Amino acid sequence: MTGRNCFISGFVRMILLLIAVSMVAFILITKAPIDPLVSYIGTNSTLSAEAKEEIADYWGLNDPLPKRFLTWASHALQGDLGTSITYKKPVAFVIRSRFACSFALMLLAWTLSGILGFVSGILCGLFQGSIFDRAMRVFCLAVKSAPTFWLGLLVLTVFAVQLGWFPIGMAAPVGKLASDVTLADRLYHLALPVFTLTIVSMSEAVLYTRQKLIEIMNSDFILYAKARGENRYQLVKRHVLRNIALPVITIQFASFSELFGGMALAENVFSYPGIGTATTAAALNADVPLLLGIALCSALFVFAGNLIANILYGVFDPRIREGGDYV
Amino acid sequence: MNKEIILKVDDLVVAFHMYQKGFRKGNLEVIHALSLDIRKGEILAVVGSSGSGKSLLAGAVLNLLPGNARVQGSITYKGEPLDAGKCKRYLGTEIAFIPQSVDYLDPLMRVEKQVIGVRGTPKRQKEVFRRYQLSDEAGKMYPFQLSGGMARRVLISSAVMEHPDLIIADEPTPGLNVEMAMETLNHFRELADSGTSVLMITHDIDLAFHVADRIAVFYAGTIVETAPTADFLAGKDALRHPYSRAFIDALPQNGFMPLPGSQPYAGNLPEGCLFADRCECCDEACKGEIAMRTVRNGKVRCVHAT
Repeated sequence: MTGRNCFISGFVRMILLLIAVSMVAFILITKAPIDPLVSYIGTNSTLSAEAKEEIADYWGLNDPLPKRFLTWASHALQGDLGTSITYKKPVAFVIRSRFACSFALMLLAWTLSGILGFVSGILCGLFQGSIFDRAMRVFCLAVKSAPTFWLGLLVLTVFAVQLGWFPIGMAAPVGKLASDVTLADRLYHLALPVFTLTIVSMSEAVLYTRQKLIEIMNSDFILYAKARGENRYQLVKRHVLRNIALPVITIQFASFSELFGGMALAENVFSYPGIGTATTAAALNADVPLLLGIALCSALFVFAGNLIANILYGVFDPRIREGGDYV
Repeated sequence: MNKEIILKVDDLVVAFHMYQKGFRKGNLEVIHALSLDIRKGEILAVVGSSGSGKSLLAGAVLNLLPGNARVQGSITYKGEPLDAGKCKRYLGTEIAFIPQSVDYLDPLMRVEKQVIGVRGTPKRQKEVFRRYQLSDEAGKMYPFQLSGGMARRVLISSAVMEHPDLIIADEPTPGLNVEMAMETLNHFRELADSGTSVLMITHDIDLAFHVADRIAVFYAGTIVETAPTADFLAGKDALRHPYSRAFIDALPQNGFMPLPGSQPYAGNLPEGCLFADRCECCDEACKGEIAMRTVRNGKVRCVHAT
């Protein structure tokens, strides 16, 4: 498959995925015990039943489901995702501003967990059975089994409450004007959520890298390289790193979905104003347009991760890159 | 045949420490009391059926067996015991290994870089490639792009990079057609004629007939007979061990006569002669320990051999 074909098929798959996700999300929300009308006007509104009926008609709430979906979809196609009830702003605007905050959090946690996970995975694999390896494995399994929000609370209790090293939440100091908030302030507030999300996502990278390294160290080509006189350092540098980097990078990109889920929980624990807290708020307030928008956005995000993983494989693995010409 | 002995293996035992039936640990002895020697410029072919543990012999000599393997017996290289430290020094320089297939090359590294390895130079690599008719383009390829014949020549090129004195080749000809297999073996012959000793482990006795100076017959984890190739070509009567004779009878050109029964499994070996249950001249004398003895310019592990 050439690069262009790959790109086109990827694009087509993305479109199909978005259609499917929006349909499923739409159906789920309409079947949920949520009345958009009630959530808009409030439960103790004084509007008459006729007035309510009129609004419902005007909004098209009485139309059949396919028609309602098409109405929403045609607006969405024109860039109008509706207005968020919770934030009283256009959904696109809310998502954009929230995503910017979350993106910083996810990018930092993702990069850190990738690097730390890769390095400690390699150390674990090389010194299999050592104290470091055993401790790291126990740590990873423990972290992997613990719920993210609980870990977040633990981190919060220790570092913010007991030690008081870090702020207890939010993205910027309370009471400071938005224009006065410095980059240092932002990073300071990001520290704990990033730390939590990093150790949560790291365990997978560690265990996977370790497993892959052991597998490769037992492979035929390492045996042969040893027979040709390569020492341990040369083996790792010449063969092992290259051969494990690829699957590990792929896994790291493919883990966007877990990253997203972890982020939503971590954000809630740390009251961090990102897409995760927006999702919770939208769900609690029956904010249908925002929920749909976020569903689309997160699908796009996870899809992008998988697509990048696929493309990288093609770029780095000669068997895929040059395969078409020879096999 | 009075040249210097390059490699001498005496009473080699390879056992694996492993789980048997649940959690009971035991030792599985796969090579027992194996002895052989190779002289300078000689090709010794070790032949035996697939799955009989021949490849472990190469692993034991090169000190490359997995961690749960226990090796006993003595392996001497040029008169010195070949221990782990010496192995490190000689591997890739004086002792070269030729693996079974292209799977032993790093799939993500270009061929030329692998042929050069950690000790060679690009200059020498070009020289070797010319000798084995490999183009510069072949060097730029990845292992999966090589054809069977090219892969063979690449592996031989890697082996001769540092002018080794001993080459250990493990199944060097699988999956090759006769011409290509012959070409590979002729390369070995050339190397041997220029003074390199070759230990060739193979299941293809026909090919061994063509190039080997001596042939060692491997059965159930040990070598039952070592004899000059001429004896094998002369027919079964020139051979010493009943298994070697049966081996000759079973060849297509000699009537395809199979021998009933199968090799004993490594975990379930009989006492005394390992071949006893399939041998027609087996008697009381075969129950004891059978030593390797010299009979008519060859070595055999059988009390009845003449």
